[in-house]
Amino acid sequence: MANPATLSSTIAATDPVTSRLGEGPSGPRPRKALSPRNIMLYGTLIIVSLYYLLPLYVMLVTSLKDMAEIRMGNIFSPPTEITFEPWVKAWSEACTGVNCDGLSRGFWNSVRILIPSVIISMTIALISGYTLAKWKFKGSEVFFTMLLVGAFIPYQVMLYPIVIGLRETGGFLTDIWQATCNVFTAAEGACRGRVQLFGSISGLVIVHTIFGMPINVLLFRNYFAAIPDELFKAARVDGAGFWQILLRIILPMSLPIIVVSGIIQVTGIWNDFLFGVVYTRAEQYPMTVQLNNIVNSVQGIKEYNVNMAATLLTGLVPLTVYFFSGRLFVRGIAAGAVKG
Amino acid sequence: MAVASDEGRVSTSRTETAQARRPVRLFRNLMSKIALTPMILTAVVVFFGGTIWTVVYSFTSSGLLPRMNWVGLDQYERLWSTAKWLVSIQNLALYGILSLVFTLVIGFVLAALLDRKIRFEDTFRTIFLYPFALSFIVTGLIWQWILNPDFGIQGIVRDMGWESFTFNPLNDPDIVMYGLLIAGLWQGTGLIMCIMLAGLRGIDEDIWKAARVDGIGTVKTYVRIIIPMMRPVFVTAVVLITSGIIKLYDLVVAQTSGGPGISSEVPAKYVMQAMFGGQNLGQGFAASTMMLLSVVIILVPWALLEFGGRKRG
Repeated sequence: MANPATLSSTIAATDPVTSRLGEGPSGPRPRKALSPRNIMLYGTLIIVSLYYLLPLYVMLVTSLKDMAEIRMGNIFSPPTEITFEPWVKAWSEACTGVNCDGLSRGFWNSVRILIPSVIISMTIALISGYTLAKWKFKGSEVFFTMLLVGAFIPYQVMLYPIVIGLRETGGFLTDIWQATCNVFTAAEGACRGRVQLFGSISGLVIVHTIFGMPINVLLFRNYFAAIPDELFKAARVDGAGFWQILLRIILPMSLPIIVVSGIIQVTGIWNDFLFGVVYTRAEQYPMTVQLNNIVNSVQGIKEYNVNMAATLLTGLVPLTVYFFSGRLFVRGIAAGAVKG
Repeated sequence: MAVASDEGRVSTSRTETAQARRPVRLFRNLMSKIALTPMILTAVVVFFGGTIWTVVYSFTSSGLLPRMNWVGLDQYERLWSTAKWLVSIQNLALYGILSLVFTLVIGFVLAALLDRKIRFEDTFRTIFLYPFALSFIVTGLIWQWILNPDFGIQGIVRDMGWESFTFNPLNDPDIVMYGLLIAGLWQGTGLIMCIMLAGLRGIDEDIWKAARVDGIGTVKTYVRIIIPMMRPVFVTAVVLITSGIIKLYDLVVAQTSGGPGISSEVPAKYVMQAMFGGQNLGQGFAASTMMLLSVVIILVPWALLEFGGRKRG
């Protein structure tokens, strides 16, 4: 197992350039493809891969069968006759309680939650990270440490205070809105509008912004801290201020980290279940919550093919992000995880 | 904007800079403080204020609404005499220990295999990591289907002729947590593998050369040299896994809904039930405070270790 060829090839994996230089003229040694070592290695990897891939496969084939075939066959057999009806049904007809308009409502709710949440949370995180990296003031690091410590507090501890916070802030904003509105219009009942934060999408956007903050601020701060101070000082000497440096110098340089942070936020917010349940009402439930309600509803006959189509539909957005972002996704979670 | 930058370029003489410094610095501090306000509010008001609020109200008899009606440790006494909570704690302990051990072992082994200079490394890594992109709800529902007693694994094995084969974790109170564990490992091991792989790639190749010169076997090199060297990576992985375990909620809701009976209840679900289902806020606050306490017990030693280590270094 410890033959020199094996070991040198392992070393080469860690750093191809230097190891090749170190090996001199001999170059990579030709090896037999079917050595016992290779058979064991690839055999293990392929078997493990099956464990990871099977659920996706099962989900896909189940969603393409009709119920009769599901009752007859086993979950691993491919469909004899492919039908897309379960997909259509999951999207537009599946029931949660009395509502039977399918998963499409949840999908659009999730989109309406996702877009403002991602934009707002990333903007705030970017500005905070920039401030923490380049405009430190006394105490800024203390607050940052508090933020990171807060990331480890279980969400359940903060759920109810946030409910109260959203409710009170909503009431407060309503008062302000009605007072200012009354100043400008005399008409009776013109100022009935209320600001609702708890039980609405805007409230959920705030919650996602809050809980996305630790990881994203950390990412941006570390990225900006690596930008040379000389560049920053040169801009200062040229008279650029806080926002000017941010917009003209920092922002054009930060595309990679914006993408990484975007991946984290999009998948995180799309996959959220807990906050969706707590902070929105039934009509605004995000896709994950609606999916769970459809599949785990106790009424009616279980339509496994529709359930699996619905499950796949919900997983499609993060999966797309994952497969298209590739290495950036890995980089994002590794950066967030290792440093966090 | 353009005017400001022009002024900046003009005022290169020392006296002018010195005169301008004071107001500029004040302005600079002000702007950065304004920019950091959302973060400061989040850290101080939401994270710390919210936590303190919950801890304080866990000592009250709040029911439907939070009321400042002091009852001391009553909620905690009730909590620890509730069967559902005790089951939740046992479940979490079982799931937590197994999940921690298996995630670390699988994550490390997979990372080590991928680190053996293999072909299709990217493909394998993509396969191992993709479940991590999926939500716990999706994960739970997939495995609910695969573990379905009639159509899933048990059904297939029985169809193949082994009639007495029984593997029905989702309907068996004794092994339901293992059913959750299978799904949880499927979702989470890829992440740990990635972190371990990053750690392995960070190890100096001279270590391998030295081990080879000394004639130490591959496995032995991993166990005796590489793993001890990767201590920080393992610590990070442990912290990540544990903080994830304590939050375990979505997966249970999707896969078993806490059933059969109460046999797969977990603390996070107990909290949600008490706060938003049972109009029993005090219990919810007490239970969530216990969750916080467990995080503190796990994380404080880690923090001391990390920061203590940094000071020594």
